[in-house]
Amino acid sequence: MMAKSIIKFTITVLIIAVLAYVAVNGVPFKIFGRTIAGALDEENGIRRGLDLVGGSVIVYEAEANSVTDEEMSTTIDMMRQRLDTLGLFEATVARQGEKRISIEIPAISNPQEAMEKLGATAELKFVDADGNVVITGKEIVDAQPQYGQYDQSKPAGNYVALKINDEATIKFSEATEKASSAENISNQKNYISIVLDDNVISQPRVERRIDTSDVIITGDFTAEDAGWLASIIRAGKLPFSLKNVELRSVGPTLGEKALETSLMAGGIGVILVLIFMLLYYRVPGLVADIALIGYISIVGIIMSALRVNLSLPGIAGIILSIGMAVDANVIIFERIKEELRTGKTLRASIDAGFSRAFTAIIDANITTLIAAVVLWRFGTGPIKGFAVTLSLGIIVSMFTAIIVTRFLLNQVVGMKIRNSKLYGV
Amino acid sequence: MDIMAKKKIFFGISIAVILVGIVSMLIFGLNEDIDFAGGTEMHVRIGKAFNNEDIRSITTDVIGFEPSSIQKTGDGFEVIIKMKDISSAKRDELFKAIKEKYGLEDSALLTADTVSPTVGSELRYNAFLSALIASVLMLVYISFRFELKSGVAAVIALIHDVLVMMSVYAIFRIPINTSFIAAILTILGYSINDTIIIFDRIRENKKYMRKEKFSEIANKSIWQSMPRSVNTALTTLLTITMLYILGVRSIKEFAFPIIIGLISGTYSSIFLASPIWVIWQEWEDKKKSRVKTA
Repeated sequence: MMAKSIIKFTITVLIIAVLAYVAVNGVPFKIFGRTIAGALDEENGIRRGLDLVGGSVIVYEAEANSVTDEEMSTTIDMMRQRLDTLGLFEATVARQGEKRISIEIPAISNPQEAMEKLGATAELKFVDADGNVVITGKEIVDAQPQYGQYDQSKPAGNYVALKINDEATIKFSEATEKASSAENISNQKNYISIVLDDNVISQPRVERRIDTSDVIITGDFTAEDAGWLASIIRAGKLPFSLKNVELRSVGPTLGEKALETSLMAGGIGVILVLIFMLLYYRVPGLVADIALIGYISIVGIIMSALRVNLSLPGIAGIILSIGMAVDANVIIFERIKEELRTGKTLRASIDAGFSRAFTAIIDANITTLIAAVVLWRFGTGPIKGFAVTLSLGIIVSMFTAIIVTRFLLNQVVGMKIRNSKLYGV
Repeated sequence: MDIMAKKKIFFGISIAVILVGIVSMLIFGLNEDIDFAGGTEMHVRIGKAFNNEDIRSITTDVIGFEPSSIQKTGDGFEVIIKMKDISSAKRDELFKAIKEKYGLEDSALLTADTVSPTVGSELRYNAFLSALIASVLMLVYISFRFELKSGVAAVIALIHDVLVMMSVYAIFRIPINTSFIAAILTILGYSINDTIIIFDRIRENKKYMRKEKFSEIANKSIWQSMPRSVNTALTTLLTITMLYILGVRSIKEFAFPIIIGLISGTYSSIFLASPIWVIWQEWEDKKKSRVKTA
């Protein structure tokens, strides 16, 4: 009996030690196709928000009364294309609310140059090999990705179906006739370029004169390629301009300092909590400390694996949740002490303590979770991050503080450590 | 100590704190940050002693109007300039002018934020809405798990905590920004948590203290939960206080109201929520017995 308890206790502690090791160092192999890096790994660990690494957040708003989802996704593709042209491959683009687009650019805290290009109205043109503009984006009625057999001699594939207006049809038929002339073909000039903001996006070859308002662009497209090209072409007919409504920049020095001091504060805070629990609750305190280390490790691993974006309020949320994570243990241990004082045996007291504390813990945590979910639903940016870490903290702490602690405490009792003084009475 | 007997004193303390807060809110107003009010804010490390007036004249020269505030911060070698929202081009120009004047590097620009007034007012609306929705949902949950009276008493305690925190923001001129929303909602969650632990005890004690008065049940429950109330407040305070001591400006502005909120939340759960519940219960009892005798 006693040996069994010692083994169970040791195994649990070992598992938590492994979790702590993984949280710090990551695992060297892939799990479910994901690399799990150490939480603090700069490359693959928890993603650091711009307020921690420095960078800029730029929010644009479409100046229109209403926008369609298609228009917004075209705008996102256009932004992505522009960011790539600027060499800002690390930047992320996301829709925010209905009419806004938020762009995060790490490391650049003075994005004036980028903003001039990003916020500009899209200029989409079809240009012939000699640089003459054939048609502009305004003349395009629609562009959609399609799948099917566009040529009888070839298998079905992805292509972009373009619809242009009547005026453009005339210009296009002239241009395609010229491009597909024998002379141009032999000079390899039988193409028409699709140009966005002076950057060539695609250069389809012209096989023959096209005199209809329906034009198809083919190539070895994947569905994604075709969708992207159609979307970029639609950028030419976006009915709104973009207004910069928010621009936040953090320099790299401040970000670094913010991260460093927060981690330091977190570290010291955790050590103080561990010491407090140990001194005040003795043996159960030690068990709670082991569970708390498990809690921090699990939260770290989950955040690292899910690549949660962690910003300053998020760190504050985690550190706060550590303080609150021991709450469940405090409730339970106080209950156990009360039961012990009524003269019950240790094992009966522990059972009664856990079951009586259970409803209180569940009710209290669910109400806090309600606040966190509301925050997540209505918040933006850093507030959302705070809500995510808080919710994650609540859920994980319920597991570690109730299940892990109870299991460990039962093993301790099994090890015949039963002097009630050791339980703080 | 019989907390119920002294409830008037505790109500008095709370009302006094809130009154001081409301008066200072009326006198000084709340220090709305650009997150809510819209505008541009620039935080630059000058790295040596400087004159606010120099910064003011450079800024006015570049942007064409007076900045709304110029504030020394850090060790006095940093400046925060606030103004109505300006374009990113103007912002760039302004930093270049300051950079040139003091011979700075690009890294001297610590933060620069611009928020348009529409975004700001939307945030304000969303913040209010989320606090309201969170409170209503919590009220519903508590009413379902306990009873309506407990829910209402808990929410009154919450409103108290929010008012105390708003008072702190007003008195200490802490800027109201996105962190403010997170801080308030954290405390809403914490305070309700605290209240529920005590109400849970009352719910339990009521079962086998049927003959005792409500005030005695409540008093006993509060004292039984007291070690937990104190210890949890303590462990949470340990971590958040470390953040306050070591953190950078934005963290300090977030941690300080939370510290105050934690104290207020603990106080309101013990000294306000349960007494309110008792008053309501006793009033209902009186009403019932009056009906019976009539």
